Amino acid sequence: MTDSGSTQPESANIRPPSPPKLLVWLRRNLFNSWPNSVLTLLAVGSIYFVGRAVLEWAFFTADWRPVTNNPMLYLVGQYPRDQIWRVGASLLLVSFLTGMSWGEWRGIMRTFAMLLAGGLAVLGIIPAGGQMGSLAVHVFFLINVPVIFLGFLLGSRKFVTGSWVLGGWLFSFLVIPFLLRGIGDGTVLPTVETSLWGGLLVTLILAVGGILLSFPLGVLLALGRRSSLPVIKIFCVMFIEGIRGVPLVTILFMSSIILALFLPPDLRIDRLVRALIGMTIFSAAYTAENVRGGLQAVPAGQIEAAKAVGLNNFQTTLLVVLPQALRAVIPAIVGQFISLFKDTTLAIIVAINELLNIGKSILQSDVEFLQLQLEVYVFIAAVFWVLCYLMSFASRRLETALGIGER
Amino acid sequence: MSDPIIICRDVEKWFDDFQALKGIDMEVHKGEVIVIFGPSGSGKSTFIRTINRIEVHQRGQIIVDGMELTHDVRNIAAIRSEIGMVFQLFNLFPHLSVLQNITLAPIWVRKWSKAEAEEIAQQLLERVGIPEQADKFPGQLSGGQQQRVAIARALAMQPKIMLFDEPTSALDPEMIKEVLDVMIELAQSGMTMIVITHEMGFARAVADRMFFFDEGLIVESGTPDDIFNNPQEDRTKLFLSQILTHD
Repeated sequence: MTDSGSTQPESANIRPPSPPKLLVWLRRNLFNSWPNSVLTLLAVGSIYFVGRAVLEWAFFTADWRPVTNNPMLYLVGQYPRDQIWRVGASLLLVSFLTGMSWGEWRGIMRTFAMLLAGGLAVLGIIPAGGQMGSLAVHVFFLINVPVIFLGFLLGSRKFVTGSWVLGGWLFSFLVIPFLLRGIGDGTVLPTVETSLWGGLLVTLILAVGGILLSFPLGVLLALGRRSSLPVIKIFCVMFIEGIRGVPLVTILFMSSIILALFLPPDLRIDRLVRALIGMTIFSAAYTAENVRGGLQAVPAGQIEAAKAVGLNNFQTTLLVVLPQALRAVIPAIVGQFISLFKDTTLAIIVAINELLNIGKSILQSDVEFLQLQLEVYVFIAAVFWVLCYLMSFASRRLETALGIGER
Repeated sequence: MSDPIIICRDVEKWFDDFQALKGIDMEVHKGEVIVIFGPSGSGKSTFIRTINRIEVHQRGQIIVDGMELTHDVRNIAAIRSEIGMVFQLFNLFPHLSVLQNITLAPIWVRKWSKAEAEEIAQQLLERVGIPEQADKFPGQLSGGQQQRVAIARALAMQPKIMLFDEPTSALDPEMIKEVLDVMIELAQSGMTMIVITHEMGFARAVADRMFFFDEGLIVESGTPDDIFNNPQEDRTKLFLSQILTHD
């Protein structure tokens, strides 16, 4: 630096280089040599033609009637329409809790609440066919939006603590299945057999239920595998390796058919629950291996330090080891949950009416629809893509949020 | 002099076939500052880790504040909460803030209220000279600051004894002094300390007695005056000449 530079600051010298102009950028990155220019043109050309073909198909050729005629089927399947308020009430509860979580924790929950509100608002506004077209349904979807904001306002209050919101979620996970299933033949909450449930409702029950149950089970299995007690260790190793060596389809068959053979005849487990058990133990075995990887990544010095300050084994695991281990394997665990979510479509083989199965039944419900497979499967693929992308988006946000203070 | 607070009798320890400790005898009295030094692999680190049972000794006796270290879990818990330990690599919990690092054990082991624990943690941060870092995470601090947090974390349990396992050897030279200053202040306040270090300036300033370890044995012990000015054993002389020429 020159003498004059050190005494009088020259701001022009300190400023970072300004970003290159568009044309310069294009030449530098896309047309910097003959082969690159050719490749650029080829790529642009193929994007154009493929994109045009796809858009033309989607907007002019495709016949979306199997999707638009009765979207309600994709949402809840054959759930009795006179009892549909129970699904609605469950959704309201989830909306409210999402809003409360937003108010309490902000950050990523804000994004979630916004997306949920946006998605439900869209459902409330777009015209739809069949039962979805009724005014009541539109109004119901729109009502969710202020409910989310109501939850937010309540969640932002000082006296509402995180444990309230967590308690609320726990309560909802216990109450929603009960609400949907009902009790006895009474007039208040008549039983709705799970064979009538379907569509996105069942897909979400399998996915959310599978994730919520398999996560703690997987963590326990991972800890058990590292246990110093041989019986626990051997059991966990056998469970994990046994499940991981069997395809999910086989496990679903076994849980839905063979399980029934072993249990006494008067103890019949619901078909949907059996499928859920199958998905859960499958996912738990993989989660356990992911978590084990995280446990091994925690340095021995951490455990020594925890013991040296007087924490017992349980406290050391809960407060020092697990938080670090889980944080290290968030991407792997989310990946596992995304594949669990997509694997819910495999429940089709044990006759569960999840989203894909509903699509199949709709195709077979009308002679005119038989030729429209592409439309239905593209629609279902799009639904899965959006939800899976949300999960991986959430995972990245979570990593950044927890990354604060990492080495 | 009062009864010894730490009594080690003929302590032996193996790692598989390798004998790390070959019969260590040591008595430490309340308020004493002990410096242990010796070449790497001499067993000095293993030895102080047996005192709070992070390593388990296989033969001999260790009695801390009247309690013998056995497999009895209650004894181990009681002894650990009376002994603070500071590690070479700090071993702070990276997922917790500085304040949470310090209050974790008081809240969960001593069952103090959060407010009480935080107040004491803040006082300790004041004492080690970094009160303004309470809400940062360990990864955001320099090595010297991290080690001072580690000292505060150990002190938060209000221990009667502090163990230091080469507390400055992972630090950049300009940060060694800030940690040693804290340790000197601690020594002058009457804390019983066992310190593994090669900082001979520190040893001269505050050590009551020094122990030279080699190959799992105590080769020589004495006051700093004895050790520095009149070492008896050839190995001690050789080792001292090696480390002192670097000072």
